[in-house]
Amino acid sequence: MIWVDTIVQGIMLGGLYALFATGLSLIFGIMRLVNLAHGDFMVLGAFAVLVGVESLGLGIIASAILAGAFMFVLGYALQHLLLNRTLGKDLLPPLLVTFGLSIIIQNGLLEGFSADTQRLKAGGFEEVSVQFGAISVGAMPILTFCSAVVVILLLNWLFYRTETGRAFRATSDDPVTAQLMGIDNNRIFSLAMALAMVVVAIAGLYLGARATFDPLIGPSRLIFAFEAVIIGGLGSLWGTLAGGVVLGLAQAIGAQVNPEWQTLAGHIVFLAVLIVKPRGLFPRTAG
Amino acid sequence: MTLKSISTLGRRKFLKTAAASGALAAGIGAPAVHAQARTIKIGYVSPQTGPLAAFAEVDGYTVDGFLETVGGGVQSGSKNFNFEVVIKDSQSNPSRAAEVAKELIVDDEIDIMIVAHTPETTNPVSTICEIEEIPCISTLAPWQPWFIGRQGNPGDPGSWTSFDYTYHFFWGLEDLIAVFTNMWNQLETNKSVGGLFPNDADGNAWGDPNTGMPPALDAQGFSLTDPGRYQNLQDDFSAQINAFKENEVEIVTGVVLPPDFATFWTQARQQGFVPKAASIGKAILFPSAVNAIGDSAQNLSSEVWWSNHHPFSSSLTGDTAAEMCSGFESSTGRQWTQPLGFLHALFEIIADVAKRIDSVNDSEEVAAAIAATNLETIVGPVAWNGANLPPFAQKNVTKTLLVGGQWRKSDDGLFRLVIVDNTTYPDIPTAGEMQEIS
Repeated sequence: MIWVDTIVQGIMLGGLYALFATGLSLIFGIMRLVNLAHGDFMVLGAFAVLVGVESLGLGIIASAILAGAFMFVLGYALQHLLLNRTLGKDLLPPLLVTFGLSIIIQNGLLEGFSADTQRLKAGGFEEVSVQFGAISVGAMPILTFCSAVVVILLLNWLFYRTETGRAFRATSDDPVTAQLMGIDNNRIFSLAMALAMVVVAIAGLYLGARATFDPLIGPSRLIFAFEAVIIGGLGSLWGTLAGGVVLGLAQAIGAQVNPEWQTLAGHIVFLAVLIVKPRGLFPRTAG
Repeated sequence: MTLKSISTLGRRKFLKTAAASGALAAGIGAPAVHAQARTIKIGYVSPQTGPLAAFAEVDGYTVDGFLETVGGGVQSGSKNFNFEVVIKDSQSNPSRAAEVAKELIVDDEIDIMIVAHTPETTNPVSTICEIEEIPCISTLAPWQPWFIGRQGNPGDPGSWTSFDYTYHFFWGLEDLIAVFTNMWNQLETNKSVGGLFPNDADGNAWGDPNTGMPPALDAQGFSLTDPGRYQNLQDDFSAQINAFKENEVEIVTGVVLPPDFATFWTQARQQGFVPKAASIGKAILFPSAVNAIGDSAQNLSSEVWWSNHHPFSSSLTGDTAAEMCSGFESSTGRQWTQPLGFLHALFEIIADVAKRIDSVNDSEEVAAAIAATNLETIVGPVAWNGANLPPFAQKNVTKTLLVGGQWRKSDDGLFRLVIVDNTTYPDIPTAGEMQEIS
């Protein structure tokens, strides 16, 4: 019974990792930008929701929508004014700039919100659980998993069913030709970052509601997001979900053997995937 | 310790000349200095940014209060000492702490160092001070990691040596275990304890099968379920929860980071695991972290180093602990935290030492004055007399008092610490009895 429970908990954990990773996957897939500040943006998203709840007195859902809008604008502005200038043949400048952003966000939040531990209170919903036979699964993890699926469904719809999505894919496949076809790459990149930031805000919502957070917790979540993206295969959003689940399962099973193996098991699976399938489990067909 | 003996060669002489030239340099900046008025420069290394920043929250209030109180200086015989405090940020990083400690000694030419806030800050700074022969007083780290952690070979008690310039006051693991078991013994339980020990310095010390909690709990008839060392900042504690359920654990203990404890506690509730007691170090030290957990934080318990109910008062201002806490709350608008008392006590000791020295330039004299301290501070008596300590630590360590408390929600919706066990020091009044978590 414990093993069934472990697997269920592992899959739920995978949903969380997928949610952490989707924003990262999105921007890497479209503009080959490695965002080292991704974890800090999630924390920023969580603080944005917190401001809505505590300062504006809004409900958590309304705050989350507001935070999503805020992050959309922030993402667009950030890409338009800063990150687009760093994109080019060299991968290093965006890497360094996002690393700097990471430090700026952490210390900015520390100045603005102090080092206090915070939490997005969901009115007791955190502790609700659903009983499946002998296994009880928290309602929050289930909701997290479902949100990850819904986010990916919506993004896929956007990518494959809309004109903007076509522009995204075209820019991702061949930015030079896309530009020849009249697509403004910089605008597409800014839009992609804005979209990614909305996903990041959703990830921040769950990061902040499932446990506590503080201004400096972001980087610890970055590595799991990266691993989920790589395991799943670059450019594939469903792959990112699969990657998250594989990582979550590996950690849960590893921890069940011995908690010392929890993080390590995740890393081992990650390395194993890199060796066996260097392009990840579900790579998008080469363009 | 070879490093130390090499660096001692010529260091004394160098330092004395350095200090003398420092006094000259200071004289240029301050023209109207009386012949006998001398400013004692206090260096203070504190984690103002980074993961330990919550500890440093009390810095500003305490330092300003100290400087205000000793504005007229402190009289020592015919001499009058003024004070200056130079604060440097360790960024919660031990290497950075060592670096800024060196800057304080070499560039700022401080006379005395004070340092607090976890072994990550106290140890590198104390070590630098020992090498540079600058008197240093530290607190806010259990004495074992401070003393043993600074030894050349922590695994070999025979090789441990005492220090000449660094002195420490705080409690030790043995006090913590006594407080925890006293609290648990107030409840009816099956004596089955579950341990949450991360793979870091604290977790390994608490969970050490020879010197940590396991042998101590065993001796008192508790059985310990220790699933193993986990990595800090996890998102899933199902494995630990399953192990605790399987062994019918009714008491949870551990030294856990705040977000990890919130994750564990939320998951435990989701999965129907509610122990009767949870005595946790680190995670629930600060009221902000407890308030963030929410209603399920009711009756979480931890060790209490100091509180507004401690029957002590400041030797500097005469304020009682209660007055100091309410002063902090009304001035900052934030709940008081336990580091408040200890940081104030550090300054009390400095002021007291200044009353008993002839010259601050002689670090040996200052160190001897620190060692001879016998002071009733806001956190209780501080005297390096070796009481209740193993022989090797008697010179440099003195223990402060430890009792046990539970977090309970007050009428204003904020959680406050209620002392529930004073077996270890009956003079500190309890405000209630240990209650089961529900």
